[in-house]
Amino acid sequence: MLEMQAVTKAFGDNTVLDHVSLEVARGEMVCLIGASGSGKSTLLRCLNLLEPIDDGAILLDGQDISEPGLDPDPVRRRIGMVFQSYNLFPHMTAEENVMLAPRRVRGRTRADLRPEVAELFARFGLGDRMQHYPDQLSGGQQQRVAIVRALAMRPELMLFDEITSALDPELVGEVLDVLRQLRGEGMTMVLATHEMKFAADLADKICFLDAGRIAEQGPPSQIFEAPQKARTRAFLSRVL
Amino acid sequence: MTVHPDTEAVAPAAATGRTRRQAYEARVRRRSTAVAAASTALVVLAIVTLVPLAPGWEAVKRSFFNGEVFAQTFPTLVQAFLWDLAIFAWSVPMITVIALAVALARDARSPALFPLKLFGMLYTDIFRGIPVILVVYLIGFGIPGLGLPRPWNSPYIWGTVALVLTYSAYVAEIFRSGIESIHDSQRAAAASLGLGRADTMRYVVLPQAIRRVVPANMNMLIALQKDVALLSFIGPVEVLRQAGVFKSLLANFTPYVGAALIFLAVTIPATRYADYLMARQRRERS
Amino acid sequence: MTRTTLLSGAAALALSATGAAAQNACTTGNTIEDGVLTIATGNPAYYPWVMNDDPESKEGFEAAVAYAVANEMGYSDDQVVWTRSSFDQAIQPGAKNYDFNLQQFSITEARDEVIDFSVPYYSAAAAVLTRQPTADAGATNSIESLSGLKWGAAASTTAPTMIENLIDPEDPLLLYDDSADVVEAMKANQIDASLFDLPTALYLSAVTLDDGVLVGQFPPALSENPDQFGLVLAEGSPLKTCVDAAITALEQDGTLAALESEWLAGATGVPVID
Ligand SMILES: Nc1ncnc2c1ncn2[C@@H]1O[C@H](COP(=O)(O)OP(=O)(O)O)[C@@H](O)[C@H]1O
Ligand SMILES: [Mg+2]
Repeated sequence: MLEMQAVTKAFGDNTVLDHVSLEVARGEMVCLIGASGSGKSTLLRCLNLLEPIDDGAILLDGQDISEPGLDPDPVRRRIGMVFQSYNLFPHMTAEENVMLAPRRVRGRTRADLRPEVAELFARFGLGDRMQHYPDQLSGGQQQRVAIVRALAMRPELMLFDEITSALDPELVGEVLDVLRQLRGEGMTMVLATHEMKFAADLADKICFLDAGRIAEQGPPSQIFEAPQKARTRAFLSRVL
Repeated sequence: MTVHPDTEAVAPAAATGRTRRQAYEARVRRRSTAVAAASTALVVLAIVTLVPLAPGWEAVKRSFFNGEVFAQTFPTLVQAFLWDLAIFAWSVPMITVIALAVALARDARSPALFPLKLFGMLYTDIFRGIPVILVVYLIGFGIPGLGLPRPWNSPYIWGTVALVLTYSAYVAEIFRSGIESIHDSQRAAAASLGLGRADTMRYVVLPQAIRRVVPANMNMLIALQKDVALLSFIGPVEVLRQAGVFKSLLANFTPYVGAALIFLAVTIPATRYADYLMARQRRERS
Repeated sequence: MTRTTLLSGAAALALSATGAAAQNACTTGNTIEDGVLTIATGNPAYYPWVMNDDPESKEGFEAAVAYAVANEMGYSDDQVVWTRSSFDQAIQPGAKNYDFNLQQFSITEARDEVIDFSVPYYSAAAAVLTRQPTADAGATNSIESLSGLKWGAAASTTAPTMIENLIDPEDPLLLYDDSADVVEAMKANQIDASLFDLPTALYLSAVTLDDGVLVGQFPPALSENPDQFGLVLAEGSPLKTCVDAAITALEQDGTLAALESEWLAGATGVPVID
């Protein structure tokens, strides 16, 4: 469904992605692992066109979405993204956060949206939090609202950028549960994560990023139990 | 409630339902209130006793603090101040709209909008660079001088235009700083949802930016309330001019003191409110 | 050498002895600077009161009056020193940096409480200044016609009070800092008419406005207290008696009338308002 072909991206002299090639099939869950600064966030931001790439191509269902000058908005509507720092809109209630994009982009009304939004909130255990403002919610709740907000656009693909990294340890579980639930529903997902156990349990494919290159990729069993590269082994020995 | 046997001092505080720390803080508060009151009283006392000893005090009192003149002129001054309030009231919405438009123009990224951006830049540079009174004179006399028919040459209209143009330039800069202060991650979040630039600005960035600059804009409003008096230079008899007329008529400066009091009655509460908003925002940020 | 000095000294002595006793008090001890008379005028000072903003030329009505008063008090022209002051400075309480000040100060009771006025050296009629289009539109010298006009005036003069009391215009009066701004508002067509003392009105209609017209003047009977100009002195100034005596003398010997016709000529020909 999604294919990166030799994608290269630099900030000035700093080459952050270096000929990265990656394939994600429909319904697959791909986890990006790697040290801080290895380019995970940049890779995800390139996928939904928040950053333009310098070279290579990104194909979504065969269509080249990395074509310079292409209107990014229609592409972004098909790809949901959740950030490490939640990035909820602080001046809106949880419900308004979720309804904004469907209202403005899809032209739907609040009344029309209400049942399905309420259903989404309920599904992720937030039924009684719809009228709360972000600063009235815990980190875990905010992150779940952010996920609901992305899901409300009915994306075909979801990108998650270290969404549990800013959370207190006891709140990580509730957010990972949401990911598990989505996985169960067959959502196609690309995650940058430090939750190795979670990745090992659920991912179809693990990509180890090292200094902007995909050093090694394969099923969790291969990466975690029989890594081929010395760098992968070194990284894993540090985080496991 | 468990009271440790060998810390008896804790007992009374605990009995009144306060912790030791609260009791201590209350003591400190009481003491500093007393000190502040005493030193303020001392300063006021010094002013009240020393100033009348100055050789010119009697003359100054007659000229500046003349009760009779005050009583005679104050009601008219208050009436004249209604003009200040009216001009202020109809200027504010215009300033808000124009300032916002200019701020957005300066934020424009599309090359087709470059002239707009350039205009916004020139506009803010020019009008922030000229003293308000000059703008009032130039526009208030200059544009009607082109030959506009009545009532379109009214000094109220063009004086207001002068104030609106000047203040919009300042407020536009405030709005722009507000817009720039909104973290890029908010824009990224909006973009990732497929919201376009206009919608992102309107629903995500602006509401936060405007809220953030409310205290700064309060200060502009206070300055505007005072600068409304500059319209008196091109004709309208508002409170400053009325006070000046009384001054000439009665050869006494008490009407100016009256006018100052009227301004203070409006600006002090507004200033306090702005400071309160500012302090609240600082608390929220930290 | 010695003889002549002695002689001229004796002559001076004899002169002052024969002069009024007041002249001693006028020339010695009571001025800001001994032996010098410091006179203030506006900054700038205008035609026809002071020509070319140069009072030392003795040209212009007030410049000429100032020298006449000084001479009458016993000062030679060389003993006169000029300084400048604003209106506000002149009526503020406190010390003054001049012996007297003349810049068309109308004598009013309220002002007299803070400063001293001399007896008047000039009584001004008040004249209505408009522009040709207003006159063409039918403005006449009747109160009825005048009250329908849009009025403006210089705020610190007695004009606003006179306009309110005598004309009572239908539209609110607009006020300005000085006559230059009044004229500017007239040019911008924001006001139709204003009231000035006759000499100023003549000057403005002739020089400042291309199409100025004087549609009328108020007879002294109609105005409660016709504008009279007095010299301003510090409150309780010891010079007041000297100055008053000098002006009275100039009035009686016709000097003031002569200066008035010399410098304020053309004051006729403006119809009286009825
Ligand atoms: N907007 C940017 N401008 C310049 N450099 C950036 C920018 N974003 C990221 N980088 C750089 O790109 C590199 C990779 O960053 P990132 O993708 O955030 O890594 P990760 O998410 O794996 O920690 C880092 O060296 C970072 O400094
Ligand atoms: Mg990152």
